[in-house]
Amino acid sequence: MSKYLLDKFLFTVDRDPELTERYREDPAGTVTWWEAEMANTVLNCIPAEKTTWLAFTDDERRALAEHDHVALFQMGAHPFLTLTLFIALFERDHGPMEYQRAYGKAMEHISMPYPDIAT
Amino acid sequence: MAELAAVIASTHHPFYYRASTATGADRPPFADEWVAKIEAFRETLTRAEPDVLVMVGSDHFHQLWLDNMPQFLIGKAPFFDANFHNEEREFGLPKMTLRGEEDLAAHLLRDGLDRDFDLAFSNELRIDHSITCPIITLRPQADLPIVPVYTNIFAPPLPQPKRFVQLGRAIREMVESWESDKRVAVIGTGHLSLELGGPRQFGEHGPDPEFDRKAVEWIASGDIEGCLAEVSLESLHHPGNATHGFMDFMLMMGVAGEGAKADHVDTLDLFHTMEAYFTWYPNGVPSGSGVSA
Repeated sequence: MSKYLLDKFLFTVDRDPELTERYREDPAGTVTWWEAEMANTVLNCIPAEKTTWLAFTDDERRALAEHDHVALFQMGAHPFLTLTLFIALFERDHGPMEYQRAYGKAMEHISMPYPDIAT
Repeated sequence: MAELAAVIASTHHPFYYRASTATGADRPPFADEWVAKIEAFRETLTRAEPDVLVMVGSDHFHQLWLDNMPQFLIGKAPFFDANFHNEEREFGLPKMTLRGEEDLAAHLLRDGLDRDFDLAFSNELRIDHSITCPIITLRPQADLPIVPVYTNIFAPPLPQPKRFVQLGRAIREMVESWESDKRVAVIGTGHLSLELGGPRQFGEHGPDPEFDRKAVEWIASGDIEGCLAEVSLESLHHPGNATHGFMDFMLMMGVAGEGAKADHVDTLDLFHTMEAYFTWYPNGVPSGSGVSA
């Protein structure tokens, strides 16, 4: 399991408006492309200097491909990254604060202590 | 030597800019009260007549990332551009450029290292809403040079709460030993109880009003020892999953000093979170000040 790689996906997709839209419209295809092309890019190195070992587990790939923010939380993905990106993806389809409240309500069965987010 | 003109601690609420500038049907019902409290708070900085602002905040995974994460970082650059795409997208925050005070930044780095704080530094730092929110609320003309001080309250493993207090104490001593005739205000922002991306987010008030009440009392009375006795990295998970931002308030308590009673205290209970505003005048309340203790 790689909380770091989940966070890296959320971080890089959130900060790039084109990637955010692509992930909204085609989540499974975006996750497949991202894992093949982006997962092993060191963000402040040239493309040739790639990491050789980062990959998602099947569960991580599925959670991202299904826009499953509850599963991401339970896996220990950083909640701020997930929330910020998912607001960008879905707030537009809802009334004021409606999406944010539904996002929390979908997790109401989760009790303390929350999953560890340390990477 | 430089004079510490004011110490200011505040929450940083990214929705203030949009709420305070909204008109008509878009203006939330709590906006007028919020603006009134912010304007009173702003006056406490204006009265201090600062020349330079040391701004304590925390990058929210904007420029600083998990492949290279500093615990404490000083920005040393002639300018700081500010706010990121996702802050514009979600909060409507404007792009900004602030001047830097490189001489003070260099002093804090050299003196801080010599005091055993292994400070990271950045010569090209784009700052985010943890610093621009208090600029917008306290100094909207954004005309003063700043020294950003970033802390890691966000990406565990985090430094211990006592380390934030120690750094705050050191920042005060270092500001007061800066060879300058400038008046310096130290402004830091954090959170009271807060939940982001978890089941308790966006409730009718902050996730733990009892923690908020105690936190305001610790800060307002300068009760550092009482606060340190109850607050740990573990305990801060309970009031809400983003409550480690309270450690930036603890840093500011360190700047203000043990037992230092704040000269201005105000709070505002909003949905999702409680706002809290504190000002100390280490060298006495400026004459003509209307601040309320």
